[in-house]
Amino acid sequence: MKNWLNPRSTAGIALISVALVALPFVAASGGQAWVRILDFAILYVFLALGLNIVVGFAGLLDLGYIAFYAVGAYAWALLASPHFGLHWPVWAILPIGAGLACVAGVLLGSPTLKLRGDYLAIVTLGFGEIVRIFMNNLNAPVNITNGPQGITLIDPVAFGAFRLSGNSQFFGLTLSGPQKYYFLLVALAIVVIVINLRLQHSRIGRAWQAIREDEIAAKAVGIDTRNIKLLAFAMGASFGGIAGGIFAAMQGFVSPESFSLIESVMVLAMVVLGGMGHIPGVILGAVLLSILPEALRYGVGPLQTALFGKQLVDPESLRMLVFGLALVLVMRFRPAGLWPSPERRRELQETAR
Amino acid sequence: MSEVLLQADAVAKHFGGVRALRDVTLSIRRGEIYGLIGPNGAGKTTFFNCLTGLYVPDGGGFTFCGAPLVADAPQKAAARGIARTFQNIRLFGNMSALENVMVGRHVRTRAGVFGAMLRTAATRAEEAAIRQRAMELLHYVDIAERADDLAKNLSYGDQRRLEIARALATEPQLLCLDEPAAGMNATETAELRELIAGIRADGTTVLLIEHDVKLVMGLCDRVAVLDYGALVIEDVPAVVQKDQRVIEAYLGA
Ligand SMILES: Nc1ncnc2c1ncn2[C@@H]1O[C@H](COP(=O)(O)OP(=O)(O)O)[C@@H](O)[C@H]1O
Ligand SMILES: [Mg+2]
Repeated sequence: MKNWLNPRSTAGIALISVALVALPFVAASGGQAWVRILDFAILYVFLALGLNIVVGFAGLLDLGYIAFYAVGAYAWALLASPHFGLHWPVWAILPIGAGLACVAGVLLGSPTLKLRGDYLAIVTLGFGEIVRIFMNNLNAPVNITNGPQGITLIDPVAFGAFRLSGNSQFFGLTLSGPQKYYFLLVALAIVVIVINLRLQHSRIGRAWQAIREDEIAAKAVGIDTRNIKLLAFAMGASFGGIAGGIFAAMQGFVSPESFSLIESVMVLAMVVLGGMGHIPGVILGAVLLSILPEALRYGVGPLQTALFGKQLVDPESLRMLVFGLALVLVMRFRPAGLWPSPERRRELQETAR
Repeated sequence: MSEVLLQADAVAKHFGGVRALRDVTLSIRRGEIYGLIGPNGAGKTTFFNCLTGLYVPDGGGFTFCGAPLVADAPQKAAARGIARTFQNIRLFGNMSALENVMVGRHVRTRAGVFGAMLRTAATRAEEAAIRQRAMELLHYVDIAERADDLAKNLSYGDQRRLEIARALATEPQLLCLDEPAAGMNATETAELRELIAGIRADGTTVLLIEHDVKLVMGLCDRVAVLDYGALVIEDVPAVVQKDQRVIEAYLGA
């Protein structure tokens, strides 16, 4: 942030911008499926940055984070689909989704404020499951969520008559639906990154870190730890809610299945593996962990055939095996994450000595 | 000099069978350095914890600046103007010395999430003021050259000073120091003594728990002695030093 204007960082930003613009076109040469994988990678960046506020900044272990994503997704699904016959515009639904997720965050936060570490993890885990089970069962006596079948035909993101689904023409260039979502997501992700950086280096960000370091000392200097922790839950949840809304619009379909515990665990793994509390690390973790399983999906089958002449292990199992192994290796050899903050790295080196 | 800043009225606290504080009544006047001494386990730290809201007393209470102190939460005590350090130093280890003091400004500043996200002019001005005041305080306790070092990497003496700077950042009327000289050598203790005298001269009342009797008797205007949770005497050092009960309970031991 400091050397915004020096030539080297200007060149760096220019390079990253060009790469970000070119990426969806390069990916499209491998099929629209790859563009969709990119879209999901950015969606996960979004989620991981939201969770990073709770886990990385404030040090509160949250295993139910995907519940807020679910709240945002269902908010969009219910307000913009034939299910209730509502078709509200994006500028109304996204804030509502974020607001509802924020309320859910406070609801989860308030009874758990006195808990820490493992205990908090268990309560948040339960919360995440409760939300999912609610979505699964709120179809009787009054059908709100349509139960396990989920909600279909959800409206895409649209600005007036301009819809992000389907192809459109720009200056003779054809953009596919996933490519248009890509640009929306990149724009949103940049906003989220800037917000995160600003929060981290603010009065509130310092209070979060102080609570993480020593809660009693934080109280003794007058920090209302209750409110500041709730704020972390609320902020993180709001980001999850926005990501959920975009997810619902992009997919056109939501069902409770998308919000299982494993999703919470994946987002947490992105934060931890990338480098807890360090924004560039968290982004890296989210991109790697969302793309690696997909790359493996396409990679392990052909690789086996090339090596052994036939399929020895079911590619799907092998994919998860390699993925799990990669996680273990990273945590073994880079315990502070792939790209930790400089302080965190020093901290671990010192304790290792 | 004679206005009462803090009045403790029959403050009691027990842990199971241990009566850590037995109806302790004492008063601290504005502008003085008040010493609290007593053998290990006498209840000095417990008194601090009750005063700063870490423990809720089982009986009695405090009046601070003429109004009752509802110190059921530490952050309220800090907001009222009572700051403290800890016997076993409690800094934010992985934050820089400067950031530690900046956290101390929290209770006297306002910026919220929206100000931070939008980086409004008011927020930026406040942030600059926080940084400047924190830097001044590091100069005040004489560790400015360590501003960017992580708190946990400071020497023991510097950590104690940093904790004092962080407490001062909350703009306290009453600064409570829990054994600030513990583990310090003679030079460091002499420097600390100067620092505490300076803090008082600049208008902050100081409540000092200390083991170093020489330091207490030389520095304090008045001294209270605790023994087994009960107040033995509260008077000027010259009288306390000569009191037979004190000599038996503490000085003689
Ligand atoms: N949190 C606690 N739980 C149980 N006993 C405590 C606690 N804090 C202090 N005590 C007991 O209260 C007594 C006074 O302790 P303390 O206030 O720390 O003494 P001092 O600071 O004068 O050395 C001791 O007997 C101690 O064991
Ligand atoms: Mg003590």
